[in-house]
Amino acid sequence: MTEPTDVDNDLGLPSRRRFLREGSALLGGAVMAGGLAGSEALAASDNADNLPPNVPEWMKAPGDPMGSQLYGTPSPFEKGVIKNIPDNLPQYLSASGRTPLQDLDGIITPNGLFYERHHGGVPTIDPAQHRLMLHGLVDRPLIFTMDDIRRFPSESHIYFLECSGNPNYKKPYGKTASDLVGLLSCAEWTGVSLKVVLQEAGLQPGAKWIVAEGADAAAMTRSIPIEKCLEDAMLAYSQNGERLRPQQGYPLRLLLPGFEGNMSVKWLRRLRVAAEPTYSREETSKYTDLMPNGSVREFTFYMEAKSIITRPSGGQRLSTPGFHEISGIAWSGHGKVKRVDVSVDDGKSWQEAQLQEPVLTRALTRFRLPWQWDGKPAVIQSRATDVTGYVQPTLAELLAVRGDNYYYHNNAIWPWRIAANGEVSNASA
Amino acid sequence: MPAHKLCIAVLAVLGLASVTRAQEQGPYGIGRSATPAEIAGWNIDIGGDGENLPPGSGSVSHGRMVFDQQCAACHGAKGEGGVGDKLVGGQGTLATTNPVKTVGSYWPYASTLFDYIRRAMPQNAPQSLSNEDVYAVSAYILNMNGLLPADATLHAKRLSRINMPNRNTFVGDPRPDVP
Ligand code: HEC
Repeated sequence: MTEPTDVDNDLGLPSRRRFLREGSALLGGAVMAGGLAGSEALAASDNADNLPPNVPEWMKAPGDPMGSQLYGTPSPFEKGVIKNIPDNLPQYLSASGRTPLQDLDGIITPNGLFYERHHGGVPTIDPAQHRLMLHGLVDRPLIFTMDDIRRFPSESHIYFLECSGNPNYKKPYGKTASDLVGLLSCAEWTGVSLKVVLQEAGLQPGAKWIVAEGADAAAMTRSIPIEKCLEDAMLAYSQNGERLRPQQGYPLRLLLPGFEGNMSVKWLRRLRVAAEPTYSREETSKYTDLMPNGSVREFTFYMEAKSIITRPSGGQRLSTPGFHEISGIAWSGHGKVKRVDVSVDDGKSWQEAQLQEPVLTRALTRFRLPWQWDGKPAVIQSRATDVTGYVQPTLAELLAVRGDNYYYHNNAIWPWRIAANGEVSNASA
Repeated sequence: MPAHKLCIAVLAVLGLASVTRAQEQGPYGIGRSATPAEIAGWNIDIGGDGENLPPGSGSVSHGRMVFDQQCAACHGAKGEGGVGDKLVGGQGTLATTNPVKTVGSYWPYASTLFDYIRRAMPQNAPQSLSNEDVYAVSAYILNMNGLLPADATLHAKRLSRINMPNRNTFVGDPRPDVP
């Protein structure tokens, strides 16, 4: 089935990201993840004048003065670390762009690299003219300015956000970690608990759903069960300390930890408390899961436990046999990650990886395993288990139950194949 | 008035007063009341059962004109798809290896068509169509899917009564389903 505009994922496509990466690799740029591409190779193509025993040129003259950048940007040598956006989409208004997971460390996604999914482009909203309307089954229908929202008691939490179609179930499968699961990012969000705002309006009996609407050209609309709204839902206005980026919903977005990303409605302008879901196009025509027998699962909100090795991962190259740390990320919409197991022998045996603190509820968790590569071909993979005891499945297990037209909520294990020359590729491709 | 009755009356007044106060203001006293007119202007949600559909109507034949002028460039002359989704056909394909999801084959509610077209289409100028044009173009799309006769006129009541072929295949979320 061809769905030219169903762009919650876009696999195996040549990307600007990869193009630029290869471009800068040719120039001898330092974009290869440290320790993967050989330092000897870099040295060979570099100017030896800057290497020991010589004094490097950047020590022989003052650097840029204070204030040369009023809003800092990464080193020019990192210019290949950018969003992964396919270059052959039929249109770019309802489209998605991925986080370059394989180039990032830790659990926090920099704001400029946070994944994006819009349904009608990115609006430019003047916060002074933005309003949030709260109405429906409430005692007091209310309108809030952004100043109003910021007067409420605030809270901050680290949560991941993941698109439901991350990735599709059909071949071709992506080449890099970003191609596969790059519609995933994690940030510290600051805002007000939705529960507090709902109490301000007073919920009436019969309130079972809240219909959220964005102030974008798609007037993006999703229905959210009231239990989630009263549990951990937030109205967020800041991300990693600064105000939301326009691509993330400036000036205000809903945030539903652990739920599929599109429900965390951006540019939030309206919340209607209701007895029934609204059955919007985005919860019927899209974001529903088609089973092989033709039945359709609707209101499939949670993102189940998942993990991926980001280093070494597809598109990278191990420079030499010997020590390499295996590192990756794990997450679950149902709570904390309990453990991650890693196999370096094509799934024959598994070892428990070390989880890097902090291990947080509905946040990315970084895992690590020290590894000696013997220089022979190998297949490495990771498998997450969350607090509920749920274990991340293989792609074959998912396909056996759901078929390959299911489209969303693919939380498969993605093994990487390491060739004798150190090149890493997708073992399922 | 006997003392105890007076007491009850005073309590009642006090109680009433506090209830009224509670209705005027939430715990933080932040925000202002939304007026019915403000809510009506912004609330464009249409329920699956047609709740909140506006007055007005539109015919299949007028819908064809709207479609040719404002939709066909992206959705194809006959709704066969282009930059925008295929809008017609696919009935009977959902359980095959090549399912074709369209308004006719997949959507559970016809009223969602009005909701979505009004809020999001045409993609280059959303919320620009009159309610009459939205009814008309919805009628035409339903007609192309064999769900409305060519001489029909669509209005709130008729739209909410249309039986969508795929209505009964939707089920809840049974996960975890694997492994
Ligand atoms: C500029 C191109 C463009 C124009 C013009 C346009 N559309 Fe669309 N339409 C799209 C795109 C792209 C999508 C998919 C959007 C998405 O998935 O977020 C879409 C989606 C739709 C859908 C949802 C289909 C589904 O199965 O989910 C309907 C219905 C629709 N359009 C109707 C219309 C109507 C009616 C008009 C004319 C009034 C129109 N469109 C004009 C581009 C366009």
